[in-house]
Amino acid sequence: MNSSFALILPEFIQVLVILGLFLQSLASPRPDGGTRLGARTGWVPLAGIAVLAAAALSLGAGGLMFREAYRIDALSQFFKLAVALGFVIAAHNAGAQPSLEPDRRPDYFLLLALSALGLMLLASAVELITIYLALEISSYSLYALIPLRGRDPRAAEAGIKYILFGAAATALALFGLAYILAAQHSSYLAVLTAKPWDWAEAPLGIVGLTLFMAGFFYKLALFPFHFWAPDVYEGTSNETAAYAATLPKLGAVVVLIRLSAMFAPGMPATTLLAVLAAASMTFGNLAALTQQDVKRMLGYSSVAHAGYVLVGLTAASAGGLAAAGFYSLVYVLMNLTCFWVICRLSHDGRNLQLNDLDGLHGREPMLAFVLAVAALALVGLPPTAGFMGKLFLLSAAWNRGYNWLIIVAALNTAISIYYYLNLIRHAYTTDAVSDVAAPRSGGALWGGVLAAALLFLGILPAPVFKWAEAAGRQLMP
Amino acid sequence: MNPSAWPILTILVFFPVAACLALPFIRGAKAVRAFCLAAGLAELLLALPLLRFDLTLPGYQFVEKIGWVESWGLYYHLGMDGISLLMVLLTVLLLPLCVLCSWSYITRRVKEFHFSLMLMSSACIGVFVALDFVLFYVFWEAMLVPMFLLIAVWGGPARRYASLKFFLYTLAGSTLLLVAMVAFYIEGGTFSIPELSARSYSFDFQFWAFLAMAFAFAIKVPMFPFHTWLPAAHVEAPTAGSVLLAAVLLKMGTYGFLRFCLPMTPAASLYFAPLMIAVSLASILYGGFVALGQRDMKKLIAYSSVAHMGFVTLGIFLFNARGLEGALMVMLNHGITTGALFMMVGCIYERSHSREISDNLGLGKYLPAYMGFFGLFALSSLGFPGTNSFVGEALVLIGVFAANPWLGAAAVPGVMLAAAYMLRLGQKLAWGEPTHAAAWRDLNAREWLYLAPLAVLVIYIGLAPGLTLQSIDPTLTRVLTEVRSRAGAAEAAWPQAAWLSRTTPPAAAGAHQGEGL
Repeated sequence: MNSSFALILPEFIQVLVILGLFLQSLASPRPDGGTRLGARTGWVPLAGIAVLAAAALSLGAGGLMFREAYRIDALSQFFKLAVALGFVIAAHNAGAQPSLEPDRRPDYFLLLALSALGLMLLASAVELITIYLALEISSYSLYALIPLRGRDPRAAEAGIKYILFGAAATALALFGLAYILAAQHSSYLAVLTAKPWDWAEAPLGIVGLTLFMAGFFYKLALFPFHFWAPDVYEGTSNETAAYAATLPKLGAVVVLIRLSAMFAPGMPATTLLAVLAAASMTFGNLAALTQQDVKRMLGYSSVAHAGYVLVGLTAASAGGLAAAGFYSLVYVLMNLTCFWVICRLSHDGRNLQLNDLDGLHGREPMLAFVLAVAALALVGLPPTAGFMGKLFLLSAAWNRGYNWLIIVAALNTAISIYYYLNLIRHAYTTDAVSDVAAPRSGGALWGGVLAAALLFLGILPAPVFKWAEAAGRQLMP
Repeated sequence: MNPSAWPILTILVFFPVAACLALPFIRGAKAVRAFCLAAGLAELLLALPLLRFDLTLPGYQFVEKIGWVESWGLYYHLGMDGISLLMVLLTVLLLPLCVLCSWSYITRRVKEFHFSLMLMSSACIGVFVALDFVLFYVFWEAMLVPMFLLIAVWGGPARRYASLKFFLYTLAGSTLLLVAMVAFYIEGGTFSIPELSARSYSFDFQFWAFLAMAFAFAIKVPMFPFHTWLPAAHVEAPTAGSVLLAAVLLKMGTYGFLRFCLPMTPAASLYFAPLMIAVSLASILYGGFVALGQRDMKKLIAYSSVAHMGFVTLGIFLFNARGLEGALMVMLNHGITTGALFMMVGCIYERSHSREISDNLGLGKYLPAYMGFFGLFALSSLGFPGTNSFVGEALVLIGVFAANPWLGAAAVPGVMLAAAYMLRLGQKLAWGEPTHAAAWRDLNAREWLYLAPLAVLVIYIGLAPGLTLQSIDPTLTRVLTEVRSRAGAAEAAWPQAAWLSRTTPPAAAGAHQGEGL
């Protein structure tokens, strides 16, 4: 009992954080309208660091719990670490968001922490119904988070879009789950892995699996389940968009990694992944070319990146899964870095247009540099982490039956450079100063830390990549 | 000689980056310039140990190899052979000269300008000494952003168009290089360039790998249909940017052909040689004719670069010793001469604020020193005997005539065109009417300082090319023997390669028959 408790220490601390926030949110507002004592949420990122430490300590742990529905292994711990890291950054980023009344902060962070907990559970779930429940925990809190942007009607619109799409996608997933149960008579991944997965022997199983995966494609904003992404990013507050654009993808990727461990190249499901990946990256990049709103642009860029991650899954090898895991961690880092700059620059919480970046190099040289590093990482240019991630993905997937996909992925890099370069061009080559006021203090320092992390992972990826490799090897020895 | 005792290549690559880190703490434009000049000179001093380079050895020297991501076969692997030696020396020499020629040209955002300049030099040196494919690619791409900023921030009126075109074109090419790199890793099991070069691959694989790599390198060179980014970039870039672009960046393309295409895909190189030769001839003639019609000095020199680089690729794909030697000599000499010509355009632009030939007429009487230097570099550019370019172009032409006299006859008009457009330019600058130059001062001490070393090199290499040739010969002989032997082997195994290689020039084909017998 004692040892198994140590295994779920990260989740446990996260639950404690949630309980603390819950108590804070119960405190009644002060009659004079001032900030109530219970609205102090500065401790949340610090508590997040405790979760991060616990996750880092449990990296080598392993075990099966809760009637074998919950698995602690290298993969789950790698993703828990990534979720915890993302949570710390996103919570710190959301610390003083201008579009949120101080009174609502505890509720906001409560939902944020709940969603992160759901993603941590998702990383360890190895039974279809558990997976489904964990997915819903992480989704429901997001449904409530998205509209929390002052009294902005666009945020309400975004919230409704997100809920409707989400409900439809999860219904599909549930439907698929039923088919899988009917065809393969088990909901345990360990059992399912041993079953045949082709049209001849298990047509119903393939249909069910595809539908089930659709639920996660929606989370990942993969083409053609991406329609919500640009609208939701645009409508919701910058800080919420930073969270919604990054961490939920980790949950989706970890489940897809577990599912795709059942695949081999040439199987219908793998081919489906490859086609969706190509369509997603091409569509995302082409649509991003014409965007003026930075968040919308990042929304389409996330559609493209979902495609890149899938490239690793089509490899159906330990290296491919490791590369997909590493790339999704890098994706979270580079997107959060980009959003960090956006949130610092948008002092009144409004959406940033490309023109608002004009002359950034003069106003805020450090933030301009951080933005440039993040943009280059998103393109996949060396010496940033984005390049290493892409290199691992492409080399893992070469000669695994989908070489055309690699060429599509490489050509997409050339398309995407245009709009990412636009960020740098506006920040560095224009001198016009717009009416964006001076950013909040402290932003430059932490932005610098994030940019340094991106460069470090690009130059010396080995220490982090070896954890991803351990995760991949353990799924596909 | 203990190679690991003093990591000279690492120091050469990363010293400018280290100097960059100190830049934010320096105040005042003048201090920044002085600091960068000092750093450039220090880099030049740091390159002195390269004199220990053993000219008789064909292999890589000063090799450094440390694990990087060992589970993925990545190594931090640097080394230098005769091909890279010259390119590195050229880059190192140009850094302080570029600082000098931007001294009064660049007036705003001086610190950032020098930051970009130093990063560029680091990346360029890195490209020439990297022996790991991924490391090469890292440096290759790392130089894009500083160059983009040099054009986009400090460039002329159309800088936005030119910088984007430069970036998009180059990146489009290098994405395919990335695919080729990944394919080589899976096929050859390593990213190490020497090891990959020592293996043979199936003809089909070579075919596609060559196409992917050649696309990237042809854009960088640039070869005829892919050259349109070059005039735009040259015209808009500030002087130092043009100098680095012409002298170093273009050479990366031809360096890529020598380092990757020839040794790794010898059979495909042979297969595509007729096409590459045709495109090279097209570059030579097209570049020459278009240069003849230019009114903008920078554009004229940019198109002359297209023509000169055509000589390089022509020499490379002849597969004989003279051709390769000539190609490498043209690479070096084009760097010296065209770099110097761009500096001269920068000098006169600071006086007339125009690059139009018609605004800079009749300088001979008022700026004799300027015209003297210009005349020397213009003669060098057209390949006048006794100057450096003559050596390279003569060797390439000897190579072409040895391979096929008809091809040689097709290349010769290129040399005549060069004489036509450079002499026309020189004549107008020296004696053209009407002149506005009466009030302009002649070259000052700083301008003398950065033009004189290049002028000395023009004459030294022109009169005594022996040492330079000596330093490249062993390496080129090694490359040539490897290519011939393995292309021959491929011919035996894949009959279609043999059928097609009959269309290659007789010298190369003759070499195969020799190998075959």
